[in-house]
Amino acid sequence: MNRDIIRSERAAKTKKTVRSTLTYIILTFWVIIVLFPFYWMVLTSVKSYASYNSEHIPKFFTLSPTLENYSSAFTAVPLGRYFINTVIFTVLTTALMLIVTVPAAFAFSRLRFKGRDAVFTLFLSLMMIPYELVVITNYTTITNLDLRNTFTGLILPSVTSVFYIYLLKENFSQIPDELYYAAKVDGTRDLKYLFKVMIPICRPTIITITILKVIECWNSYVWPRLVTDDPNYYLVSNGIQEIRENGFGRENIPAMMAAVVVISAPLIVLFLVFRRKIMEGVARGGTKG
Amino acid sequence: MESKSAKGWLYLLPAILFLGAFLVYPLIDVFVYSFEEGYNSASQTFFGTGLYNYSYILHDPYFLQAVRNTFILVIVTVPLSTLIALGISYGLSSIKALRELYQTVFFLPYVTNTLAVGLVFMILFQKTAYTDGLVNLVLGLFGITPVDFITGPYWAKMFVLCFYTVWVVLPFKILILTSALASVSEDYYNAARIDGTRPFRIFRKITLPMISPMLFYLIITGFIGAFKAYSDVVALFGTNLNAAEMNTIVGYVYDMLYGDSGGYPSYASAAAIVLFAIVLTITCINLLISKKHVYYGR
Repeated sequence: MNRDIIRSERAAKTKKTVRSTLTYIILTFWVIIVLFPFYWMVLTSVKSYASYNSEHIPKFFTLSPTLENYSSAFTAVPLGRYFINTVIFTVLTTALMLIVTVPAAFAFSRLRFKGRDAVFTLFLSLMMIPYELVVITNYTTITNLDLRNTFTGLILPSVTSVFYIYLLKENFSQIPDELYYAAKVDGTRDLKYLFKVMIPICRPTIITITILKVIECWNSYVWPRLVTDDPNYYLVSNGIQEIRENGFGRENIPAMMAAVVVISAPLIVLFLVFRRKIMEGVARGGTKG
Repeated sequence: MESKSAKGWLYLLPAILFLGAFLVYPLIDVFVYSFEEGYNSASQTFFGTGLYNYSYILHDPYFLQAVRNTFILVIVTVPLSTLIALGISYGLSSIKALRELYQTVFFLPYVTNTLAVGLVFMILFQKTAYTDGLVNLVLGLFGITPVDFITGPYWAKMFVLCFYTVWVVLPFKILILTSALASVSEDYYNAARIDGTRPFRIFRKITLPMISPMLFYLIITGFIGAFKAYSDVVALFGTNLNAAEMNTIVGYVYDMLYGDSGGYPSYASAAAIVLFAIVLTITCINLLISKKHVYYGR
């Protein structure tokens, strides 16, 4: 009797071990699928042009890594320019987004005025408008205003995201009203209250939406492609497309991969630093840009 | 009260200006465009109103090809990615060691530039004069003859596209499902375990119903996202998607607007509205089904 129990316990244990081993094998398999392209891109970027093209069967490592591809990525094609453009675009768009979003969220959460709730409902319904519908007119507008191939044309239509206003408004609303009225009694002005109390308290959310916006800007492709045809204004996404089609010559894959590494690195670093914040922010309702 | 009201609107003003100019006005305008026949963007004139633009695109072989590609992509990748994400998240929730590391790695594709990583997929799958490419070499081990997945036969290109799409959309789904699984109360599991319920039955009878709202949210957003596929396709096959037979509806919209085949905002608008109608219909169907099968708790 006792032995039976021990045996069945042992069987259960074995079963559990088998199951968890299997789980780890499957998860590790997917880890390889996720990481392999990254490994391959770094590996290829440090192979020399000659050795890459002489490998009929690609090698999984290289014994003579070289950085020449990186230097040609910055000299043979204007990767540096694309990079700087993207930084300018990302910084300005994100800053403008905050300038627009914070006061709007403040108005919706703290100020009381006629029509506020109606406007908020309207804003929420705007979240459902698909980007593809509005991009056509925006393209015509920017073209007619002669803003193609300018930063203004790139930035202005990319600024607003109703979702971020909504996210911040929800966070602002959690701050108790008493704090606001106490500040009012002390004669604190609204603007000062916003900067001294609300923004510091809600800093985590503000950081989250900032990071999400930075990711969105860094990866944006469709709009930059539509409004720029002068390579001096290309961002990294259409820059890499340009490199692919007219850059180093189709065969110089290692140099292309060096450019890909340079483009991908900033966001990967950002992700590793702000891992928790990013994942938390995305889980709260972000979708891929 | 008067001044307070004014102040409220003042805070909202920047947001209203931006949204009005780049979201509300364009939304109205796109419908106007789609009914203006023979619109010329240079002179901004048109010679009639009607349904001609719609009829034009519905008879355009490139548009029909784009619709077919998009539907194949949606039908393959939405169920597949949701199932894989469910499996991986379930696996993640059942382990303790290394869990955080796995989660971080799985989320990595979300923050990468789709265009850039698409190039890596291209070289992995491409067959050139120099090399068959890594994927073909691996397939060769199983005795499969090398195929050029990037410029070769249609099904091969579609396969790469689906594979890459799943790779790109999984991080978001895994993230959402992992947190949904974590929020299911332990009490249910403990109760089931005392009753000696088998793991698969626990999964089907407890886990699935509990996470069904999130699962459904993912299916709906998955459908919407997949119908709008575009940059992943460009990343793999370049900008001339019509020549590659790999265009999508969104790609068709942009091609009509801009580039060598561009300059036709009316056709682009009509195509965008057709896309919107399709997405809306599918979403409504999804919502109707969800009413029957999703457990929203009490």
